[in-house]
Amino acid sequence: MSTSALSTRGLDKSFGSLVVASDIELDLPPGERYALIGPNGAGKTTLINLITGMLKPDKGQIFLGADEITMLRPEERVKCGLVRTFQINTLFPHLSALEAVTLAVCERRGYAGSWWEKLPAYGDAIEEAYAILLSLRLAASCYRPTRELAYGQQRLLEIALALATKPKVLLLDEPAAGVPQQESAELFSVIAGLSQEIAVLFIEHDMNVVFRFAHRIIVMAAGRILLQGTPKEIAADARVREVYLGRARHG
Amino acid sequence: MTSAAVAEPQRYLETQIRWRPVEIAFWLATLLPFVLTPNYLVLASQIAITALFALSLDLILGYAGIVSLGHAAYFGFGSYTAGLIAKWGWGEPLTGLVIAAAAAGVLGYLTSFIIARFRHLALIMITLGLGLLLAEAANSASWLTGGADGLQGVRMWKLFGVFQFDLYGTTAYTYALAVLFVCFLVARRLINSPFGLALRGIRENAIRMPAIGAPTRAHIRKVYTIAAVMAGVAGALLAQTTETVSLETLSFARSADVLVILILGGAGRLYGGLVGAIIYMVARDQFSGINPQYWYFWIGTLLVAVVIFLPNGVLGGAARLVRLGRSRA
Ligand SMILES: Nc1ncnc2c1ncn2[C@@H]1O[C@H](COP(=O)(O)OP(=O)(O)O)[C@@H](O)[C@H]1O
Ligand SMILES: [Mg+2]
Repeated sequence: MSTSALSTRGLDKSFGSLVVASDIELDLPPGERYALIGPNGAGKTTLINLITGMLKPDKGQIFLGADEITMLRPEERVKCGLVRTFQINTLFPHLSALEAVTLAVCERRGYAGSWWEKLPAYGDAIEEAYAILLSLRLAASCYRPTRELAYGQQRLLEIALALATKPKVLLLDEPAAGVPQQESAELFSVIAGLSQEIAVLFIEHDMNVVFRFAHRIIVMAAGRILLQGTPKEIAADARVREVYLGRARHG
Repeated sequence: MTSAAVAEPQRYLETQIRWRPVEIAFWLATLLPFVLTPNYLVLASQIAITALFALSLDLILGYAGIVSLGHAAYFGFGSYTAGLIAKWGWGEPLTGLVIAAAAAGVLGYLTSFIIARFRHLALIMITLGLGLLLAEAANSASWLTGGADGLQGVRMWKLFGVFQFDLYGTTAYTYALAVLFVCFLVARRLINSPFGLALRGIRENAIRMPAIGAPTRAHIRKVYTIAAVMAGVAGALLAQTTETVSLETLSFARSADVLVILILGGAGRLYGGLVGAIIYMVARDQFSGINPQYWYFWIGTLLVAVVIFLPNGVLGGAARLVRLGRSRA
């Protein structure tokens, strides 16, 4: 376990009688790219909510490296290096992209509580935010309010906000949701280009993308982990073929 | 080359917060009552006090998105503190102001632990409840507050030992305006700081904030305390310039009025509360001859019209006009 960047042990969660997570055991080694797949309603987003502390598990434990984080609040987990993005854009509509990312950098550097010095005085934070936006090809539109950005740019800003926290573990909830295929490939090339020090767990429905970018694939259905394996093993599995690849072929 | 590219975002953020000519014109215009309407300086001082109260509400509502229906609690608490200090024999205005500010700040800090846990409807109910609670407590403790008769026997010393609080309101307006300006500078500074950016983040998306590592509750406790201090200062100003304190300073009506004023002027714009206070107070003064029931009839009409036609208040509408004009030109 000491080798995992993120691990969970026996996570359970139900909403009333609906079991959305059942005995989830997950190990994400440092720097790896894992894909989490499964049909809609399988409990993928719920699992991310549990790991990041936005939902409380009924049972089980979560570890970041060797440290247990099960009892920490969401913002404390972010401070420890665990961050997520959202399946549905969860951004700051009236802040410019630059302001939003600068805010995230300020929070990490501990500037966000200071209310006497002007924001432009924190040149290092602004510089860092701008560099992140530049690396995600958002620099040209970074002065515009978020709500005016193209949808694809907003998806990139989701990732930019997460990167500004300098994560060790990055959980991407359908980063390309709603993005046309062409742009989706671009988006994943950005994700593939992320620092090798960040462990990434991403949820994605397009199996071509999954096979291309994932080192390992975790398949969920009805709140359980059905199986995990290398892309090859998953592609060969009859159950997955039936549930997933068959459907993917139809569109 | 890279340094030039990096200096640019910094310069952009600097232009966002620089003083605009219209702001300087606004503050110069606040001096006009001394020459143009010297008979209305008492009203002008009341406007300045209400503007400060609305500014303090803007910090929590307009910036952090915390809806309060009980903001008068801090106004009234500051008012009674300043009044009681003067009544008990210490009539020096500035120290009285500071003590009242500190008292309101302590109350704000204590209640902020409750406030920071809730949002939306629950928050409205809690602020309303806290406001009613304090008003009723003041009513019951008539041995201390004078109850429904108000606090009598408040005697202020001369400001700086020189300027008497006179009937014409010259000292009162000068004093209230100066305090308003200082508080405004503090609020402006706060809004343009990293903390101010974090507050806007809370208003824009309270769900995302923890996901970027922001301690939202700590931020809310902080801004709520600062806003309580400012509301307390406004209340203290009223006590000192009128030399009396009534239960009305703690009333639900005062909480509701300040909310109306801020929404009328435009929340989240720093000047919204100031402009709203001017419009509201001048209008009320002009209509004071008519039946007070009609006053609320017109305020109701005005409020509905503003929300429908100027959802961002008078200032929001003005800003839209300016933008339209620019894009035409
Ligand atoms: N807060 C909630 N309350 C009740 N049911 C929920 C809640 N969040 C999700 N669910 C249900 O849990 C199941 C799993 O949802 P989710 O994790 O979003 O699935 P996925 O991301 O795999 O598509 C769904 O049936 C969904 O309706
Ligand atoms: Mg989902």
